[in-house]
Amino acid sequence: MPGIRFHGKGAATMTKNSPSASLLYDTPRFLQAGDSALTVELGNAVDIRINEAVAALEQNISEAGIEGVLETIPTYRSVQVVYDPARIRSRDLIPRLAEVLARPGAGVATARRWVIPVCYGGEHGMDLEFVARVHNLAVDQVIAIHSGAEYRVYMIGFSPGFAYLGGLPDPLHTPRRDTPRTLTPARSISIGGIQAAVSTMPVPSGWHMLGQTPVRIFDLTRPEPFLLRTGDRVRFTPIPHAEFQRLDAAAEKGDIIARCEETG
Amino acid sequence: MSASLIVLDPGIFATLQDMGRWGYLRYGVSNSGAMDRVSLRIANLLVGNDPGEAAIEFTAVGGAYEVAADSCRIAVAGGRFPVAVDGEPVPPLTSCTLGRGARIVIGHAVSGMRGYLAVAGGFDVSKTLGSVSTHVRFGLGGLDGKALDAGSRIPLRNPGVPPDRDRYIDPAGVPCSDGPLRVVMGPQEDYFSDTGKKTFLSAQYRVSDLSDRMGYRLEGPEIEHAGDFNIVSDGIAPGSIQVPGSRLPIVLLADRQTTGGYPKIATASSTGTAWDKRPRATPSGSRRCPSRRPRSNICACWTVWPASQTPFTRPTPRPCSPIGCLPEILSTGSAERPKPDF
Repeated sequence: MPGIRFHGKGAATMTKNSPSASLLYDTPRFLQAGDSALTVELGNAVDIRINEAVAALEQNISEAGIEGVLETIPTYRSVQVVYDPARIRSRDLIPRLAEVLARPGAGVATARRWVIPVCYGGEHGMDLEFVARVHNLAVDQVIAIHSGAEYRVYMIGFSPGFAYLGGLPDPLHTPRRDTPRTLTPARSISIGGIQAAVSTMPVPSGWHMLGQTPVRIFDLTRPEPFLLRTGDRVRFTPIPHAEFQRLDAAAEKGDIIARCEETG
Repeated sequence: MSASLIVLDPGIFATLQDMGRWGYLRYGVSNSGAMDRVSLRIANLLVGNDPGEAAIEFTAVGGAYEVAADSCRIAVAGGRFPVAVDGEPVPPLTSCTLGRGARIVIGHAVSGMRGYLAVAGGFDVSKTLGSVSTHVRFGLGGLDGKALDAGSRIPLRNPGVPPDRDRYIDPAGVPCSDGPLRVVMGPQEDYFSDTGKKTFLSAQYRVSDLSDRMGYRLEGPEIEHAGDFNIVSDGIAPGSIQVPGSRLPIVLLADRQTTGGYPKIATASSTGTAWDKRPRATPSGSRRCPSRRPRSNICACWTVWPASQTPFTRPTPRPCSPIGCLPEILSTGSAERPKPDF
């Protein structure tokens, strides 16, 4: 079974002594998940290199158009391939996926960069002050640190469009709440442990709510209802309450608001 | 007033379900769809529908419905539920043609947990992300993303049905949900000790009351982990059996979350109606997990209905002997079934 080969942009950082290089398996594991799904596991950590390989693999599987593959779930460190066992058997699927993994350029996925406006604190982010207190920072410093970083969408899961983001700066790493809230506001921007997130609908959460975006990450009225996908980059830009209200009204009418640029 | 079926009483919990929502797992959207897909198909075939048409899925109690159309043909399949129309009992797995104002009353399950009420021509409900299936937590599908309520009017696609013979199926030929639940070990089998795996494969488990369309919590002997019981989140296939810190298994089903961070010791086979178990009801409501490999044919009921709407040409899970007036129902390709090989 061929291991993953990296080419292009990801290659240099992979082969040098990057501390995370060893987290990526030399040989991916194919794990049977029932009789109609196969999990291709590329590593066992929350790690940017692994997730880059995941995003690339997912894109390449989709481009390979393997007969019988129905859909895929990219996660932090694996891609689950859902297939129709009446059309393809696992033993035939595994070599096909191994070919995809071995293809030149298999390590690089198209990246999209989003800029998402956020109104921090107050009714929009009820835990902002708490987080500032915990870290002995001013509220403005928390906002500056949070909105000064670039994040990566590691995974969409938990609820429709809910994006788990990696790249939260160290000074904001915050343990989760002891008692999760049974419901948090839709479109919350939150942090928990070493991660950040954007929600799309009211969900239970033990994370800390820093702010809220007017952007509809998930909107059924759009031809493409989901804005973010695994591998996308995200930056947040602070907006005042009045701007939030203006953008919220525009978003309600269908404006995407968030800016996006695509890079190769 | 346009033709509709009025919900007088939805029982405990009733929703519209079809074969599920496909293509959005990567965006965190569960498949949803009928918990018992074989029975959904049977109900639809009895009224001459496409087998994947949306029907009412009810839970433990069927409820009461009234026809608000010139005529309407209905059929009920699933667990054993007593069905009566205007007080007259209807034999199981038999369609009936009803006139305006007819009242259908479906009682408590004698066996099984879920049942399906299908109408000829189907319900005229628009799809959300490619499916009518209701996901109540996410507010997707069905009527405004909600469970059916007393007073809900579900529009019918056909204002009436042509005079036609009703159809029936010999219940003896219908796949049954008793017997052990077949599993494939993994994907995180290695997170469990040998003792844990042995317990899992030999013990009897009972479906607890804390069970719904998202998943079934099982009660029984604790399953020992090899070490840590947290994993870096990965995808959750339908039927995944995760074992969190409580050491008790949870079978994740139609409305499950798409990703999760607990190790999954095994995954239930997608075949048959094995999931349609009733909590605490009968001895057959408990389940054993004795098999390492699914023995039955694997294309029976779960995976074969993506959005492309594959025609119903799959073999049935067990040989059937339909003696109704439409022998093609359920007899398709039953002669040869694939070997348990995936």
